[in-house]
This record gives sequence, structure tokens and C-alpha cells, in this order.
Amino acid sequence: MSNWYMLTVVGRDRPGIVSQVTLALYKGGGNLGEASMVRLGGNFSIMLMVHYEGTAELLGKLISPVGDKLHLHIHIDSIKGALHQRLEPDVRISIYGADRAGIVAETTGVLVEAGLNILNLESDVGGTPTNPIYIMEIDGAARNGVDSIRVALDSVAKGKNIKISVTAINTLMG
Amino acid sequence: MAILDILVYPDPRLAQISSPVEKFDDELLSFIFDLEETMRVGPPSVGIAAPQVGHFERIIIVDVSSKPKIPNHGRLTLINPNILYKQGSMVGREGCLSVPEYTGNVSRAEKITLQALNKEGKSLDYTLEGFEARAVQHEIDHLDGLLFLDRLVSKRNSLFIRKVYK
Repeated sequence: MSNWYMLTVVGRDRPGIVSQVTLALYKGGGNLGEASMVRLGGNFSIMLMVHYEGTAELLGKLISPVGDKLHLHIHIDSIKGALHQRLEPDVRISIYGADRAGIVAETTGVLVEAGLNILNLESDVGGTPTNPIYIMEIDGAARNGVDSIRVALDSVAKGKNIKISVTAINTLMG
Repeated sequence: MAILDILVYPDPRLAQISSPVEKFDDELLSFIFDLEETMRVGPPSVGIAAPQVGHFERIIIVDVSSKPKIPNHGRLTLINPNILYKQGSMVGREGCLSVPEYTGNVSRAEKITLQALNKEGKSLDYTLEGFEARAVQHEIDHLDGLLFLDRLVSKRNSLFIRKVYK
């Protein structure tokens, strides 16, 4: 038992969620690892790695008063993971164009075939309600090299009003 | 010949500002030899700065020649380096021997003009670009007590140089 838990918190956004959730964890003896918060369409979500000596049930009890007060959905998983399990991305793919159903499914399908392991994906819709623009950025590890990603995406971009760029991420170790 | 110990953050000595080299003697040559040896035997890296091994003189070694398809000057031993001119900026990912298990995005000048002394104390000028320029800026930061952690930009939505191919 690694005593690491993945705590997922989702709800309507309002100021103070992070501070109240983390204070409850700290006071209860939890210790935070990696975390990622994102605000999407006025909704709050965070995934937190929490190191905690007790059971998942006890952790749930610890956090539920804050969850009830702020109307948050809280989900707890016991995880096998630990810190320092990150994979380094070696390629970034940026895609933008007129918004159209299926862009993500089509592109990511091609990317998986080309040997990409997606490590981070962010997308947004800009433009106006009548002329929406879809913007997506993907960081990943290209198992078969960055060139195979370029070749694969070439076919996706062809004949469509979207722009795709592929940039190698060359991490400097100094 | 000796492999030197690398200082690891949060060692406060990494924030120390290094002094210019004044004596060009055998002791200096011997230290530079050890510094390079330390860089070569450790985890793969493209540069090292003297303060990373607790030696607070303005000496760096950079060698990006192991990376494919990157313009480079081979092994550079730069003493009392001074950046005269910076041009452009680009975000790239960096890690550091003194900061294990973490990498982050940092914005650096794309092209630099540099004046530095070589091992014999002779002044030389260099024009460096891209990855090699980034490595030199990373190492010079160490001489001023700075780590890439002091220059992080957001992981999300940071602008890479994009080569649009379509």
C-alpha cells in the first residue's frame, strides 16, 4: 500500500476552493504531491495526489465537510503511483482552424497510430458564436520519432481549413 | 583527475554569485579538466557551471554536439563570459543537474553575441543561436546564482517556436 490517493474535486467555480480543500487536507495530516487544476466553462476541477496514512474512507470524511459546504463532487481513488513518474514530452502539436465536429477524434486517432503517447492536451474555442475557432495544443512522447508524427498529420490537414504545426521539444539538461 | 560532487537545490550555495577568474594557471586548467570530467560522467547534459560543483568562479563548459542536427561550436570552455547582445526570444524546456526530476519551460534569447576568455586567458567573441545559445544562457545564470526555476513560464499555453508546415 503506497498510501497515495488521487483526489478529484469538481464543481461550480467560486473563489476559495483550493485554499479550503488544501487546508482541510493539511489539518488532517495529508501531504500533497502533484496537482493540476483547470477551470472549464465556469466549472472548477482539480486532481490532487495526496499522501495520507489513513484509509480512503477516513480521507473522505476529512474532506466531506468542505465538499458539502462548497457543493463539490469529490472522488477518491487509492493509487499505486508515486512521485517522479512523469514522462517527458518530445513533441508539441498545435492545431487551429474553423470549429468542426470530429477534429479531436480524427487527429488523436491518427496520432495514436503514428506512435504518439499524449501527455497533455488543452483545447479551447475562440472566435464568435457564428464563426467559432477551435484551438488545440498537444504535448506528447513520439515513440516512432517526430517525423512520423509530421507525416501522419499531413494527411489530416490536407484539403481542410485547419493549420497544424509540429515542433520537436528538445529538453536541455544543463 | 577527479569527479566533483554536484550541488543540488535547495543548497543555498547555488544562489551565490561567482567571482571573475583572475589567475590563468595550472590550477585553473586542472579544475576545468575535472569540471568537464564531472559533466561527461554524470547524467547526460550539455553544460555545467563551476558553482554547480561548489567552485565560485565564472567558468562554464557547454557542448551540444551530441544532439543531432543542431548548429554548434563543439566544446566551449567560457571564462568570465559576458553576453554583449541578445536577439529574439523562444520558449524551450530545460532541466538541470542541480534540480533532479523536474523540467520546465523557460524563455531565452534566440541569438546571443558573447565575449569570453579561453583557458589561456585570450578574449574571444562568439555568435550563438538556438539550443546552444540556450545552454550558454542557462549556465551563465548559474554564475549569477540563478536557476531555471527562477525563470519558469507557464507549462500551459506557452509559445514554442512553430515551424508551420501546412
